[in-house]
Amino acid sequence: MGILSKKDAALISDPLLDNNPITIQVLGICSALAITAELKASIVMAVSVLFVMGLGNVVISLMRNIIPSKIRIIVQLVVVATLVIVVDQVLKAFAYELSKTLSVFVGLIITNCIIMGRFEAFALANGPKRSFLDGIGNAAGYGFILVVIGFFRELLGSGTLLGYKVLGDPIEKTGLYAIGYENNGFMLLSPMALIVVGIIIWVQRSKNPALIEEN
Amino acid sequence: MSFKNKLHEIKEQYKGKKMAPAFNAIHTFLYMPNETTHSGGHVRAVDDLKRTMNTVITALIPVLIFGMFNAGYQHYAAVDAANGTPRTLDILGNFLTFDNFWMGALTILPLVIVSYGVGLAIEFLFAVIKGHEVEEGYLVTGMLVPLIVPVDTPLWMLAVAVAFGVVIGKEVFGGTGMNILNPALTIRAFLFFAYPTWMSGDKVWVHKAVEYAGTPDAISGETILGYLAQGRGAEYSYSLSDMFFGFIPGSVGETSTFLILLGGLFLIFTKIASWRIMLSAVLGALTMGLIFNGVVDAGWITESSKFYGLMSFAFWQHLIVGGLAFGIVYMATDPVTGSQTNKGKWYYGFFIGFISVMIRVFNPAYPEGVFLAILLMNVFAPTIDHYVVKGNIKKRLKRAKTSNASNLNVETA
Repeated sequence: MGILSKKDAALISDPLLDNNPITIQVLGICSALAITAELKASIVMAVSVLFVMGLGNVVISLMRNIIPSKIRIIVQLVVVATLVIVVDQVLKAFAYELSKTLSVFVGLIITNCIIMGRFEAFALANGPKRSFLDGIGNAAGYGFILVVIGFFRELLGSGTLLGYKVLGDPIEKTGLYAIGYENNGFMLLSPMALIVVGIIIWVQRSKNPALIEEN
Repeated sequence: MSFKNKLHEIKEQYKGKKMAPAFNAIHTFLYMPNETTHSGGHVRAVDDLKRTMNTVITALIPVLIFGMFNAGYQHYAAVDAANGTPRTLDILGNFLTFDNFWMGALTILPLVIVSYGVGLAIEFLFAVIKGHEVEEGYLVTGMLVPLIVPVDTPLWMLAVAVAFGVVIGKEVFGGTGMNILNPALTIRAFLFFAYPTWMSGDKVWVHKAVEYAGTPDAISGETILGYLAQGRGAEYSYSLSDMFFGFIPGSVGETSTFLILLGGLFLIFTKIASWRIMLSAVLGALTMGLIFNGVVDAGWITESSKFYGLMSFAFWQHLIVGGLAFGIVYMATDPVTGSQTNKGKWYYGFFIGFISVMIRVFNPAYPEGVFLAILLMNVFAPTIDHYVVKGNIKKRLKRAKTSNASNLNVETA
């Protein structure tokens, strides 16, 4: 990479796969189960978290030397809450229907363990540039898994992708539905999302056995 | 050279090869292997896993054959009913007929074949990939699955569900003997949550009812629990003996309480299944049924309530309709997923019966809860065992302490 040193590039590439916040650190599971029934919601959630985390990490990193360590959690909460409210208002203004679908989960980005975790573990100890890269790296790793889950859940659960009927029309009986295919209602329920996360973890670890924890 | 020796030679030749487990499975299924353990102290017994599994399958065969007759009978009965000439049951005249059996066999055998085909293929695949021997665990599951689904379940749905159940319900935990949930019920639960329209309603229990829907030939057959849940308890005309002997619509194998009872006694006699679980589950179901009957008698629930139909159903009749009997005899007694301790089995079974009837009454979407209750108690079985074992340790410690103390007293005196 031209502009990034190898070490900096790893900040982005690591959380995508080998240190993924969801599949390796098992953080942020709640939202991964709650809002992934549709691909669109997954993507919006991923972008929102990308914004909050990238910016939040920079802000915390810039203030890291003046935050008294006793109240640092409160300061982090103020920063993340501010950013989340910005995201929430933007969604309500420009994508009202979608903000209805995401409902409380936009607000709950505040409690997303990945964000507080990165503030604590990285932004408080590193400069703004590296913090920014770390933030978007982790958010991208989170978003990547979200999009994968959303893809399978929407495709198998509703037979659509981003709202387009890719498998045919279930009522008119066209496409796959003409030969008796039916949508899998289980895919739309949260337990199946957990199973999909489990399968992703399974696939990832069997591709890269180094990731398997010793016990 | 006999066929057996030939197989043995092939086995020796390909020892350690990738496909060896798949071959060995077929070999040991046909014959007892030549090699036996020579040293060490061993209990010499004939009831290995294969024998155990085959005993359960034997207990299931009558239920399966009855299911075939009943599938045909329910179809023709529904056609007659739709034509305005309801049938009266005549066991030799219109139940045990070749037409009924043939129609049932043609619809149910494909379910059996798909269940075994897909399930065993996955078992073989995992055995070859992981390099262990194929275990016999799927033999019973493969027979249970077609018996606990509606007769017209589309084959591809069954295949998907079996693949899901075997992989997610069993193989990810480490295969036969390591699973937390009963694989057959996992498959049933998958079908229920994934394709609810094929698992409930008044169209799926009778062969061809879905196909005929909307045509002049339309037929239907609601289960007794379905009638009760909709508060239409007065509309069905099945007698108590119909319910007990199983001439009612329902999943393939669940209707005949009589044959299930015989199968259960056979399993108790051969010591395969635990009578403690069966008995306590029956007690649990009766208890919950009595509580509901009591609530109705006390006047807390009136006819206007949507729960009235099922709550006022005589408590003991819960045992002879729906899948309760089948679940108690063949599914709750699964030695892998049930409680292991004798005391634990009482709690485990009791709650299965208790919760089954509770879910049956309160589930707004589907008036049956046996599979959900058993799966729930599967999850709690290790916890029950843990406390039983812990309680035992505590009791013994206490006994040891008091006896030591009294010994000391004697000595000092």
